[in-house]
Amino acid sequence: MVEVLKRLAEARGVTGNENEVRDIILELARPLADECYVDRIGNVIAKKKGSKGGRKVMIAAHMDEIGFIISRISDNGMLRFLPVGGIDQRILVSKRVLVGKDRVPGVIGVKAIHLQEPDERRKVINQKQMYIDIGARSREEAEKVVKIGDYASFDSDFVCFGDNKVKSKALDDRAGCSILLELLKDTYECDLYACFTVQEEIGLRGAEVAAYHIEPDLGLVVEGTTCADLPDVPDHLHTTRMGKGPAISFMDNSSIANKDLFKRMVKTAEDNSIPYQIKENVAGGNDAGRIQTSRSGVPTVVVSVPCRYIHSPSSVMDLDDFKNTHLLIQKFLKGVEG
Amino acid sequence: MKRLLELLTGTYGPSGSEEDIREVIEKEVREYADEVYTDALGSLIAVKKGKGRKVMLAAHMDQIGLIVTGIDDNGFLRFSNVGGISPFNVIHRKVRFQNGVTGVVSYETELEDIRNLKLGKMYIDIGAKSKDEAKALVNIGDVAVYDAPMAVCGDRVTGCAMDDRAGCAVLVETLKRVRNTDHELYFVFTVQEEVGLRGARTSAYGIMPDIGISVDVTLTGDTPKSRPMAINLGEGPAIKVKDASVIAHPKVKELMIQRAREAGIPYQLEVLEAGGTDSGAIHLTGAGVPSGVISIPCRYVHSAQEMVDLKDLTQAVELLVTILEKEIEI
Repeated sequence: MVEVLKRLAEARGVTGNENEVRDIILELARPLADECYVDRIGNVIAKKKGSKGGRKVMIAAHMDEIGFIISRISDNGMLRFLPVGGIDQRILVSKRVLVGKDRVPGVIGVKAIHLQEPDERRKVINQKQMYIDIGARSREEAEKVVKIGDYASFDSDFVCFGDNKVKSKALDDRAGCSILLELLKDTYECDLYACFTVQEEIGLRGAEVAAYHIEPDLGLVVEGTTCADLPDVPDHLHTTRMGKGPAISFMDNSSIANKDLFKRMVKTAEDNSIPYQIKENVAGGNDAGRIQTSRSGVPTVVVSVPCRYIHSPSSVMDLDDFKNTHLLIQKFLKGVEG
Repeated sequence: MKRLLELLTGTYGPSGSEEDIREVIEKEVREYADEVYTDALGSLIAVKKGKGRKVMLAAHMDQIGLIVTGIDDNGFLRFSNVGGISPFNVIHRKVRFQNGVTGVVSYETELEDIRNLKLGKMYIDIGAKSKDEAKALVNIGDVAVYDAPMAVCGDRVTGCAMDDRAGCAVLVETLKRVRNTDHELYFVFTVQEEVGLRGARTSAYGIMPDIGISVDVTLTGDTPKSRPMAINLGEGPAIKVKDASVIAHPKVKELMIQRAREAGIPYQLEVLEAGGTDSGAIHLTGAGVPSGVISIPCRYVHSAQEMVDLKDLTQAVELLVTILEKEIEI
């Protein structure tokens, strides 16, 4: 599972440009699924027939990651860019990126501190003042390797470190994608539709289309979620805690968990002695928001792997949380009647 | 009407936890409908069968609330909002959980400036002395609502959850009174309106109505130095022109005005600058549903003491009954 996670996390798939991730998922899902196809907006849908069948369960994880899109190339060969998805601009300076299909290396720059006015130094540097430096000397030189509309992603290695932790970009939500692939190795009573969705980070767009198409009886979303168990953060603002198991959501800004499913998820964890935690915050949103309100409504529940420093090139996750999230959902699905 | 409104506003039912209020409304409507069912998200639908136009009438049964996000070592509950909860509206309010546990809302008093008050700096005190004691009473994810039983002030009443139990009461009374109609009527008591019109979206898809009418509260401009708004309490139901979620279909709006005039029912025209209601979701369903809204003027919306005038409610019922009993040409 960790090997797959590494492969997926290192692949580049900024929202709207998920091809590289999709190709890996197709390669890995095809041998496991009864049917595997790409829908018209780009979601991968892998169907696994149930031993009884009948009840349709949609389980979703998004393939896309936050990143950048090149908006302008200046005369001196610097690339101006726009964020794709929610990025804290304070983390951007000096980060390495890869631009375009050919992975042109670049670094995000800004004028040096001694050139900033006293007033500017006190403020957060706006992303509009930053540029991506690909080492080109002129617009002509830059245009040979990059064009406007090209995507850029964080350039960040997948590293195992510390006590069973990993550091990588895009754990949100390649962690979920890896868990879905692992789940496809099993069979269940219900029909399972594993949906690897596109364009979650800019408005849950892929999931909306997939849910409309599948018409599921039940929806499950596997996510990476914020984890703020850090010094100086009061207990009640931690949201989730690393190493304490998969986080089950009662509510976020996009959906309220179906009460029965929420209780069944908690009971599944308790019955199987799988560590779990309740996500202690009502923030963010995810694919469940669109699945729940699809057609005449779908009961949904969300389970997440806690990730510190989410939406950065160096998010951190606990591998036990990752594996336990898979285990919890596997046991849950085994309990869904066909 | 007064009895019904007191019953409905006194029943627990924040967004996502509408079981109790659904049960109460179901009991009220059961004998007057041909069919009653609950859809996948939990909205209650009472059908009066007919051969004419398919009309969806919607009022949301959910109310705003405070959802527990954490319990500290001393037994205090941290919370977030379900729907539009202002920190200032909840200070030192009594709140109640589904299981009857009550508490009072307060805030960290070392705060330098009260204007900086945020829900993250507030808590619910349920009288527990430790985490374990609190956990025996309340779980993370449980939701509290204002505990403010309805009080009568002349023709007017005040209490929590007039938004939108006033609309639910109007729908229940309309169902009881409407007789001579060929139209197929769907009285829908929707869930999760306060968090984004979610119940109305899915129930409208399931019904695919020809016309949609929702009944919800609206703001007024008749209190001292209030924001200007041409709606007064007690001057009749409001026929919506627009809000942030929907522009009333001109023909539905005109039909409402025409029927009000014919029957001599006072009405007001409403332009609400912010806020929305279930029609915002209903009118975009399928290939589109011509939709309108009848609003109940309400002061202090989203506070623990929302005030409505009972006359506005009974006149809203009269208006709906005459609309539904006559021809509906859109």
